[in-house]
Amino acid sequence: MGLTTQPERRQVTVSPGQGEGWITTRLDFLVNWGRANSLWPMPFGTACCAIEFMATAASKYDLARFGMERMSFSPRQADVLICAGRVPFKLAPVLRRIWQQMLQPKWAISMGACASSGGMFDNYAVVQGIDTIIPVDVYVPGCPPRPEGLIYGIMMLQEKVKRERLSDERLRDEMEPDPQSHLYIPPSAIDELSEPFGNSVHQTRSGL
Amino acid sequence: MNPSADRLRERFPQAFVRAEVVWGETTVFVQPGAVLDVVRYLHDDEAERYDYLSDVTAVEYRDLELPLQVVWHLRSLPHRRFLRLKAELPKGAPLVVPSVFPIYAGADWLERECYDMFGIRFDGHPDLRRILMWEQYQEGYPLRKDFPLRGRFSRSEQLRQALAAQPESRYSMHELTIADAFEDLPQDMRQRLARGERTGE
Amino acid sequence: MAKRTVEVALSTSGLDAEGRPQRTPLLVDEGGRVTTLEPPPAIEPELEGEHMLINIGPQHPATHGVLRLVLELDGETVVRCIPHVGYLHCGFEKIGEYRQYNQIIPWTDREDYLNSPGNNIAFALGAERLFGVEITPRCTVLRVIAMELSRIMSHLVWLGTTCIDIGAFTPFLWSFQERERIYTLLEQWIGARLTTTLTRVGGMAADIPDGWMDGLRDFIRTFPKTIAEVDRMVTRNGIWVGRTIGIGAMGPEEAVNAGLSGPMLRASGVAYDVRKDFPYLDYETYDFDVPVGTQGDVYDRFLVRMEELRQSVRILEQAVARLPDGPLNVDDARLILPPKTKATSEMESMIHHFKQVMEGPRPPIGETYVAVESPKGEKGYYFVSDGTPKPVRWRIRPPSYVNLSAIPKLVEGHLLSDVIAINASIDIVMGEIDR
Ligand code: SF4
Repeated sequence: MGLTTQPERRQVTVSPGQGEGWITTRLDFLVNWGRANSLWPMPFGTACCAIEFMATAASKYDLARFGMERMSFSPRQADVLICAGRVPFKLAPVLRRIWQQMLQPKWAISMGACASSGGMFDNYAVVQGIDTIIPVDVYVPGCPPRPEGLIYGIMMLQEKVKRERLSDERLRDEMEPDPQSHLYIPPSAIDELSEPFGNSVHQTRSGL
Repeated sequence: MNPSADRLRERFPQAFVRAEVVWGETTVFVQPGAVLDVVRYLHDDEAERYDYLSDVTAVEYRDLELPLQVVWHLRSLPHRRFLRLKAELPKGAPLVVPSVFPIYAGADWLERECYDMFGIRFDGHPDLRRILMWEQYQEGYPLRKDFPLRGRFSRSEQLRQALAAQPESRYSMHELTIADAFEDLPQDMRQRLARGERTGE
Repeated sequence: MAKRTVEVALSTSGLDAEGRPQRTPLLVDEGGRVTTLEPPPAIEPELEGEHMLINIGPQHPATHGVLRLVLELDGETVVRCIPHVGYLHCGFEKIGEYRQYNQIIPWTDREDYLNSPGNNIAFALGAERLFGVEITPRCTVLRVIAMELSRIMSHLVWLGTTCIDIGAFTPFLWSFQERERIYTLLEQWIGARLTTTLTRVGGMAADIPDGWMDGLRDFIRTFPKTIAEVDRMVTRNGIWVGRTIGIGAMGPEEAVNAGLSGPMLRASGVAYDVRKDFPYLDYETYDFDVPVGTQGDVYDRFLVRMEELRQSVRILEQAVARLPDGPLNVDDARLILPPKTKATSEMESMIHHFKQVMEGPRPPIGETYVAVESPKGEKGYYFVSDGTPKPVRWRIRPPSYVNLSAIPKLVEGHLLSDVIAINASIDIVMGEIDR
């Protein structure tokens, strides 16, 4: 979430080797170990990728090995949102709402080409990547990703979780884009930037 | 050729336009206004018994001068026959055809989809509103040939509009009246409801 | 949203001076008595009064995707159901107008994604009729094999998810084990598990590898055991029977009129199967039965699908026995890419290759509607061509879309928990419904 301003905050200096004691790092380790090995997924399965997600959860690939067999269909009890499948514009506010309903700490995995970039659906109906709606931690490529691929993505997320510091407050900030910030780019400018590439809307002819 | 085509020619000389056979499938063109009568005959008559409506859809050609075609795919399960019925709607005139919903209950969503995608109104359909796109969808009718593949608005504008719609707003007013949330509705919605507007998604 | 009214059933027909909808009862019988919609006999009869609006979905584990149902409840009885679809509308048909015929095939995978090979075949059949080509005997039989495998695949997902919905978890694991075996077979054949893109116009993407038939025979031999196990576990299970018999019933005339197809229609007692009534791929030469139900309720749909699994195995057995040798693809340089070695060494092949890849084969002007029996019902592809390499219109006739449109009638008067069972019995797949 780069396009945001920093709100006023209490300064916390994190400098390894200085202010942090043995206790804090050990506590970090313990908490992260617990979190990483019992990520409760919230499967936001919409399309084909959801079937591969089901295959991952079923007996052969057995997601329970990662402490993830407890599917949390309620966003309020989930840790990681796995967006499996394409997200059309009609679904965009739903996905945003579900993300907002999840409690911190929370992570997101974007499973499949469609969720990551719109995939092969570059048309009027599909959101070109869910990272335009919610922040994403791990992108899993593939159409659909094989279960092994998804599991690799989950392991990467576990790595990420294990490196977090409890004392780093900025990790859990949620900010809305702020138009006052000098980092803010108006949508029209984004369109202009992306124009010659995949995101233009100027394909009109279906013939030949 | 499907024998029904000749019988239609005899029975509806006014409405019958032409019949053709392509790849073994018979297509009968009829006048748009007469569709309901023709379909009712095809459904009810003992010799025809087209009791199964496979599909309702429309075709727009790349040549924008050509009329839009509404297509009905009918099946007769007892006689194992297949008939394609077409009505041509010239450009420029309002796109209206009679709904076959009174005859086939299955036409309900098929006609709604056709309306959603092409903007063809089905006269007599009890609940004609958008089905795949949402009610406030601004960009037009996606399957029309003048609609660009990626939509009319820019990507960021599309996303902004989509996110501006809160999931709660997806209750149709019809549903809200059931819930007795009428008191809580914003003023303009109440006014629209008072005008008898029936909207959904 | 959880507001309540104290009226009986409401309609929006009348508006009072303020524009507030008048609360008029929906059903008034001849004596002027107000009745609610007929409650089914087993349920507490006179629980009228408190109406409540409840929203299920679009994100709900029991809606099998992003379906949204808005239900009006009287107590726990459904008075009215308003389905909302379109949350997965991805513009398949629009994209099809911008792609050549062979290029569209990957999209057919992703539209009814439980049944990818079946869709590929249906698409190829349609395009071949449009191009006017006859496929080879070997290709025909291979397509039958793929078609029935994909029917089994789709029914297995239906079985697993329905069992979860009704409260049995184990069959889900069993059915996904079997699915994994089919995945393995498909992977050996084509390289992909789920999105197969198995066919090309005029043939297949690849022939089966050596020894593949042994794997298939092995599957055919052992798969009925799994069916029997599931059968033993649920078919006479008290919970299962209690939750499915008499739920969501629909009579034959009504079902035909509503355009239902596939197991939904056959459970209601209409023996309409595209494979039998409008045969394709020589299905008329195979010996198989079309199971037909009598009551049209959830239980019958379950029985019909279970029997279809067995019949598919029967068809597979026959297809394996008759698989002929010979060429796989049609011998038509317009349609089928030349082998790579030739394309790089011979002038003529190279030109064909170039033409096909850059421009794409051109069908004659015309149109065709080809329907196949997909696991969900009558799946149709309608093509209109104006002679250019891209179709003017590529229409998908989605069986589960039409089947789902009957859900307001099916759930009326049932309990809220039955809505889940009924919805599961329709076997919807949102990718196909919203396209
Ligand atoms: S990435 Fe591929 S498999 Fe996944 S939802 Fe998109 S089209 Fe389907």
